[in-house]
Amino acid sequence: MSDSPAVIHGAPEADAHHAHPAWQRHHFETVDQQADATNFAMWLFLLTEIMFFGGLFTAYLIMRNWYYPAFVQGSHQLNIFWGTLNTTVLILSSFTMAMGVWCAETRKKNGLVLCLILTFILGLGFLGIKTIEYSEKIEKHHVPGFHYSMQSFLNPASDPEIYKEYHDQPLRPDMAVHTEVYFSLYFAMTGMHALHMIIGIAILGFMIFRARAGAYTTGHVTFVENFGLYWHFVDIVWIFLFPLLYLISRHANS
Amino acid sequence: MSDTLLLLPDQATARIPKVNYLTKENGILSWLLTGDHKRIAMLYLVSITFFFFIGGAMAGLIRLELLTPQADLMATDTYNKVFTMHGVIMIFLFLVPSVPATLGNFLIPIMLGAKDLALPKINLLSWYLYVAGGCLVLYTMMSGGVDTGWTFTTPLSTHYLNTNVLSTGIAVFIAGFSSIFTGLNFIVTIHKMRAPGMTWFRMPLFVWSHYAASILMVLGTPVLAIAIVLVALERTIGIGVFDPTKGGDPLLFQHLFWFYSHPAVYIMILPGMGVISEVISTFSRKRVFGYTAVAFSSVAIAVFGFFVWEHHMFIMGVSNYSTLVFSLLTMLVAVPSAIKIFNWTFTLYKGSITFETPMLYAFGFMGLFTIGGLTGVFLGTTGTDIHLTETYFIVAHFHFVMVGGMLMAFLSGIHFWWPKMTGRMYPEKISQLAALITFIGFNLTFFPQFILGTLGMPRRYAAYPPEFQILNVFSTAGASVLGVGYLLPILYLVWSLKYGAIAGNNPWQATGLEWQIQSPPLTENFVETPIMDHEAYDYEWLEKQTAKEVSSVG
Repeated sequence: MSDSPAVIHGAPEADAHHAHPAWQRHHFETVDQQADATNFAMWLFLLTEIMFFGGLFTAYLIMRNWYYPAFVQGSHQLNIFWGTLNTTVLILSSFTMAMGVWCAETRKKNGLVLCLILTFILGLGFLGIKTIEYSEKIEKHHVPGFHYSMQSFLNPASDPEIYKEYHDQPLRPDMAVHTEVYFSLYFAMTGMHALHMIIGIAILGFMIFRARAGAYTTGHVTFVENFGLYWHFVDIVWIFLFPLLYLISRHANS
Repeated sequence: MSDTLLLLPDQATARIPKVNYLTKENGILSWLLTGDHKRIAMLYLVSITFFFFIGGAMAGLIRLELLTPQADLMATDTYNKVFTMHGVIMIFLFLVPSVPATLGNFLIPIMLGAKDLALPKINLLSWYLYVAGGCLVLYTMMSGGVDTGWTFTTPLSTHYLNTNVLSTGIAVFIAGFSSIFTGLNFIVTIHKMRAPGMTWFRMPLFVWSHYAASILMVLGTPVLAIAIVLVALERTIGIGVFDPTKGGDPLLFQHLFWFYSHPAVYIMILPGMGVISEVISTFSRKRVFGYTAVAFSSVAIAVFGFFVWEHHMFIMGVSNYSTLVFSLLTMLVAVPSAIKIFNWTFTLYKGSITFETPMLYAFGFMGLFTIGGLTGVFLGTTGTDIHLTETYFIVAHFHFVMVGGMLMAFLSGIHFWWPKMTGRMYPEKISQLAALITFIGFNLTFFPQFILGTLGMPRRYAAYPPEFQILNVFSTAGASVLGVGYLLPILYLVWSLKYGAIAGNNPWQATGLEWQIQSPPLTENFVETPIMDHEAYDYEWLEKQTAKEVSSVG
């Protein structure tokens, strides 16, 4: 026997008529293997996302070290109320999403649809609040580019609302110019985050329709699970963005 | 005694199986909507060959311009656009996807004993992304081109040029995601889809090297993506991350860009090394010497490859201490590459070597890659780098690695697996001639450039001092020979699709799982899930198989 081992002997053919669920793709041996593989793929994709945002975080860390006073005064311009509210909205949406995954796993169709709709609404809410914040920046000419204005940093008293709270000293012009770097990174980072939210919300819309048709409550929950991972990841990115952009050194007197 | 092993099976009786992945379904839609990794590999093969010839035509124009010292064939800014296009097309649309997306796509599931890659739809999506990126590059070319060089150097690309930087950037961004998805698919497949008995150390080295390259694709490419996004935002809105007048840092762009683009070099070369391992083993009838060392050296290259990027920036004003560290790390990465070369050489030692075309290309790879790699050590040494960087020495160095190494490996692999992919043999004599022509043409083209570089001829200029002309004429003459060497394979390979001899299952008597199934394979690859019960490259096992086959038939 041992001197003529065949390389390709047949796997037990007993499973030829073995019933497997309709969602099992033909090239997988078992449903478990399929779920395992797609889950692993999603984690790998999130790894690429970490590297994607990693470039931005690197830029932030370097620039923050160089232009610390500009970054502190830049962060004073961000609205802490809207920022905190948005963080709450996003964490809440992660909770509803997690409940959605649980509903799918326990095959509660109505619960799943409700959770997805809530997540959808909270996601839109986040973007709405972000719009309010962005429009504040546009009004103050804090969007980098041709219309950028350093007024609030050269002469903080001209911006009474912020001045009342922080009593910022005027920045020297060569440091004030670097506040534009702060807002560049602010818009690049929150913009990329918002783009991920928009993609997520679009997929959520699609999922709501499919969930109403009962697609995810028959035992095949991989899609909901993997989308959940994506949604939590986008949430976590915000959990890092919020302190970096809004909170740290906010009350340090530059 | 060993000559019995060299006898090829009787091909006169071989027939192309009626049912295979090529004939399973018909019609253009069955190709455009396919989930079959083998069909997607063929789609990739056709599209990368298309872009290779466009990029090659650009190379031809560059060499023609450099025939004379004056900039007389084209205006200098046109020259800039031509070499930029050559770089963008060859790197992002040919070298990065060349072996992984064609041969890797075709072979990895079969080598692992799987029916397909783990994510067939993502695989197809990756091809469409590639095509979209390619179309955007073509659009860029036709609507006026771009002249930043393939490196998109800031602030040149963000502030000083009025060419199509944006569309090229988007094209590279999209093509990058195509590469991410390919790499992701490979990693998942290698982790989760191995057949029973296929342990990590029974996998062919081709799979190992693709695994290492995939890690680089997945971790490196997103960083390029964000760098390009920031360049695009800087051009359109005017944000200031890289703009020195606003306090941004152009060097930061260099760091982000080379954090991808140096590992990208290993994305390009590692799969080629996988091909060479298979070919060397098959045509010297021996297990690859030091299998484990070769497998781990691939992973070592992937790991070290992430920590050497700053050697592209030695003259850009980075700190002396970091230069020291990166110089040292650059020399370290030469070690695993050398391990591979030594192990292949030991594989040849006392092997029963035959000189079929894939083997000739593999020999070309070993010699040229060694020269290319060792000159890389010159450039990693800071003292010589300051003299040689931005000269033709650099051009010669990376063409020795990329063209002499990678393209040779690609052609070696294409010839080696052509019988498996199409069911027909390529014509042996003319293809050996083509391999020889390629080798001669290559050396004639790029060896003079080493000398030009040491003499101090700068790269990226359309004109040069007249004393450099003789060597440039050699180089241009070599490029024409090289052109013939690349045209020949496409002619006879297309010819062989209809008139080539029928290959049979295992024309090379190779041991890989892919050679134990019919050629061309079935859509589902295996009739029954294979069970791997021997090591890779076990020729004694194969001999026993063959012996058993003959006795049972007779």
